[in-house]
Amino acid sequence: MDEDWRLTGKSEVLRIRAAMTRSIRRFFQDQDFLECETPLRIPAPAPESNIDTVASGEWFLQTSPELCMKRLLAAGYPKIFQICKCFRAGERGALHLPEFTMLEWYRTGTDYRTLMDDCEGLIARVAGELGLGGAVSWQGRRIALLPPWERITVREAFARYAGLSVEEALRRDCFDETMVCAIEPRLGMERPVFLYEYPAELAALARVNAENAEVAERFELYIAGLELANAFSELTDAAEQRRRFEEASRDRRLKNCPAHPLPERFLQALSRMPPSAGIALGMDRLAMILTDQVKIDDVVAFTPESL
Amino acid sequence: MYTASDLRKGLRIKIENDPYIVTEFNFVKPGKGQALYRCKLKNMVNGNQFERTFRSVDIFETADLQEKKMQYLYREEGKYCFMDNQSYEQVFLSADQVGEAKYFLLDNIEVEILFFEDRPLGISLPNFIDVVVTKADPWAKGDSVSGNTKPVTVQTGYQLQVPPFIEEGEKIRIDTRSGEYLTRVKG
Repeated sequence: MDEDWRLTGKSEVLRIRAAMTRSIRRFFQDQDFLECETPLRIPAPAPESNIDTVASGEWFLQTSPELCMKRLLAAGYPKIFQICKCFRAGERGALHLPEFTMLEWYRTGTDYRTLMDDCEGLIARVAGELGLGGAVSWQGRRIALLPPWERITVREAFARYAGLSVEEALRRDCFDETMVCAIEPRLGMERPVFLYEYPAELAALARVNAENAEVAERFELYIAGLELANAFSELTDAAEQRRRFEEASRDRRLKNCPAHPLPERFLQALSRMPPSAGIALGMDRLAMILTDQVKIDDVVAFTPESL
Repeated sequence: MYTASDLRKGLRIKIENDPYIVTEFNFVKPGKGQALYRCKLKNMVNGNQFERTFRSVDIFETADLQEKKMQYLYREEGKYCFMDNQSYEQVFLSADQVGEAKYFLLDNIEVEILFFEDRPLGISLPNFIDVVVTKADPWAKGDSVSGNTKPVTVQTGYQLQVPPFIEEGEKIRIDTRSGEYLTRVKG
């Protein structure tokens, strides 16, 4: 009876979440995106300094579907999206589940600015179809969703909220701490914010900006202090990508993290991939925003602890 | 020794010769960045609080504290009296030191009293206690599927939210760490 009570207590949130997923699918289908499914279990994930994998036999559970999706772009698919599970070892907190749901979409022949427009269109439409109108109310705040949303560079955000330059933060090795403590909690409290132009060394799979080699064409979307999505103008230089993977692998070895083989087939495909932009959006967190919840536990029926 | 990934609410660590307790804990990870552990720490001797962010490579010393099983006897003028059942030694804790635990002090309940250099610092309760519901509105039948809750008062005077099917006179189990309802206790 207690178990049922806990699950039925989530019925309204789960209903809204299901409607959100349907609405997201319609958004992409209406624009002729192809919905794809790529394997959850892969032999060689992209090595990233700060993302740990879950082993599955000799292989690994994906931490994101990006490698296979980019192979589809390389083969000529122009617009694709996927809703799938991703797995990241050791990530558990009010905003993290070790198994979570990701929405990823990719477009060829464009850069990350188009993805900002996509985000505005997608989330405004989903909120509209859920009957929320042009705003969400979150923890007593009203967050307006009508485009255009705020766009600020990482440089501006550090100056405005932390009184510290990006270079200074990197030199003092406190970029992540400053982001988490001083900047993120203030982003997207009145309307959503795109934080863009990240230091080049913090964007493993992104293209460096043509006019300024110190920043990468990467953005993160924030609503109500929650990081919702990460986007890149994708790096298409296979030699450069290999160099960055090897660097990340070295970094992982130094931290005694388990080694992964390099994703060779992805690297081969990358040399054929047209200019593209791609984005990963956390569905659980979007559900939190749309249902006014502060804990990720409250937008899924089951947490690992309840199994 | 502890590492940052051991950090959780309630953990006691030693920093510069003082014992600290983790009073709030959050796992955070900025996009593509490293895992960070945001903690609120409370000095267990003077009560001072501060916030600190740790990385997964950080390590901590264990705070060398002694815990003694003692029995709760009575409350008098805002002081709470506990007794060691072997030595009959009695100690008094202030309302501040007892804190939220006051809601769960059943008569004669056995608790752990924490000592730092012979000074009592605080109290830890059993994780779960069973208490009798002394005040509850009756259950409107047919209301069971909505997943809503209702407030009740238990024998210690503590109030909490429970499922609507809990009735006056029933026993329920409470998690003393969160203060939340866990389950109905039969018999």
